[in-house]
Amino acid sequence: MVQIRDCFYMKEQEQLIPHLFRTEFRKIVSVLSKLFGLQYIEVAEDIVSDTFLLAAETWGKKGIPENPTAWLYVVAKNKTKDYLKRNQLFNDKIALEIKNSASELTEMDIDLTDKNISDSQLQMMFAICHPSIPKEAQIGLSLRILCGFGIDEIADAFLANKETINKRLFRAKEKLREEKIKMEFPENQEMEKRLESVVTTLYLLFNEGYYSASQNVTIRKDLCIEAMRLTVLLLDNTLTNKSSINALLSLMCFHASRFDARIRINGETVLYEEQDINLWDTGLIQRGEYYLNKAAIGNELSKYHLEAAIAYWHTQKSDEAKWNNILQLYNKLLQIEYSPMAALNRTYALAKAGSPMKAIIEAEKLDLTENHLYHSLLGQLYSDINKDKAIAHFKTALIKARTESDRSVIQAKIDRLI
Amino acid sequence: MQEFMMIFRMEPMGDFQPTPQQMQESVKQWQDWIGGIAAQGKFVSTNQLGFQGKTLKPGGIITDGPYAEVKEIVGGNMVVKAADLDEALKMAEGCPIFYMGGHVEVRDIMLMN
Repeated sequence: MVQIRDCFYMKEQEQLIPHLFRTEFRKIVSVLSKLFGLQYIEVAEDIVSDTFLLAAETWGKKGIPENPTAWLYVVAKNKTKDYLKRNQLFNDKIALEIKNSASELTEMDIDLTDKNISDSQLQMMFAICHPSIPKEAQIGLSLRILCGFGIDEIADAFLANKETINKRLFRAKEKLREEKIKMEFPENQEMEKRLESVVTTLYLLFNEGYYSASQNVTIRKDLCIEAMRLTVLLLDNTLTNKSSINALLSLMCFHASRFDARIRINGETVLYEEQDINLWDTGLIQRGEYYLNKAAIGNELSKYHLEAAIAYWHTQKSDEAKWNNILQLYNKLLQIEYSPMAALNRTYALAKAGSPMKAIIEAEKLDLTENHLYHSLLGQLYSDINKDKAIAHFKTALIKARTESDRSVIQAKIDRLI
Repeated sequence: MQEFMMIFRMEPMGDFQPTPQQMQESVKQWQDWIGGIAAQGKFVSTNQLGFQGKTLKPGGIITDGPYAEVKEIVGGNMVVKAADLDEALKMAEGCPIFYMGGHVEVRDIMLMN
């Protein structure tokens, strides 16, 4: 009897601590980093890691406390005060910076209220997305600090090895020190620029999960969920609740609604046309529509608005009118910002909107010959018009494709034509 | 890669008023044509000019409209990237202004140092 109960507690604890790590690590690290200053972010990380180590030891022996989160906060606060007491030099340095007397600091209550937690995380987001830090490092650091991912998990998500990730994060933290980046909300015009950087990083983070070649489907889903969660954090604050960010969240919801339909169990990508519509998450589609409506307020038309609208149309039944809507949206999107993907998708929409021959002519002007998707598109466009040309293009696509799942998608198309 | 400006010129339309459907059709033609250029990564900017214009002449004389005494109006412009004038000219093919009896002037943009 006792043995079974022990097993139950252990299993619960096994799942609880990693879960709490994900949700609470970032909160406490953000608050402490704000208190110490970003140059001591590693001290903050160490204190919180130690707190979780103690939790793992203690809860295993004494059982899970009634309020695990509160327990973590109390222990983290105590460890912080201990650290400050033991490291007088550190204490004096900070005291100097925040103009308190040394003894006052150790008595000071470390503010783990909801408001400070929320504000600190947002300020951490702005700090991490400082333009002097390379985008890849921004994403890595976001995953580590803001999402509580382990180094292994980040390495898996990026299809890199642990050393690369560790180096990347190390250099990023060095940059934080060198550039003397502070945890604060940027002012006015600076805010617009920095917000753009944050939004781009969240967008990239989401795409890492959505388009990644990694076979680890769970991680990929987590990346999407984390990107969405951080975007919601922005919307919850009046300073950062902007039209384009509502559009971004809308876009993420629409994409995420198709996640399960998009991925076969072994991580292989299923084409849009072949997806099982029953696997589309209607709740997420509704949320996408909700945020799209919120984004429609005001005069702003960003690329996120256009992409969200395109994603919306993909949830509607297929007819020429829908594809013309998508075509017009891509026309505008390409004028705001060119991207090879948008160019290819626009050409596909042109064909579906009733101009397949024109689409071929325009496709051949795209000049994206190194891209396997370009050849796939031409193969697709020629499929009903000239089988030989279609197969030739698909075969070129096969050579240029870089992942196993891409190759099998193309091979399936060739097989269907032969 | 150089930048070139296309200037869209046409004769004044006088009293001709397009129907809403014709307007919609026209908008689609222009957007599809511009979109095609943008899809090639060669689009820089475009402007459509309105009919609220006035003309300022020497001596401070202001006359109404851009079309009072001229035989053709500038409807708008587009800046594109192209290797040379010939390529830019080729891009101008298919411009919907031709349906409106107009034409496209293509000029190279000089770089100011």
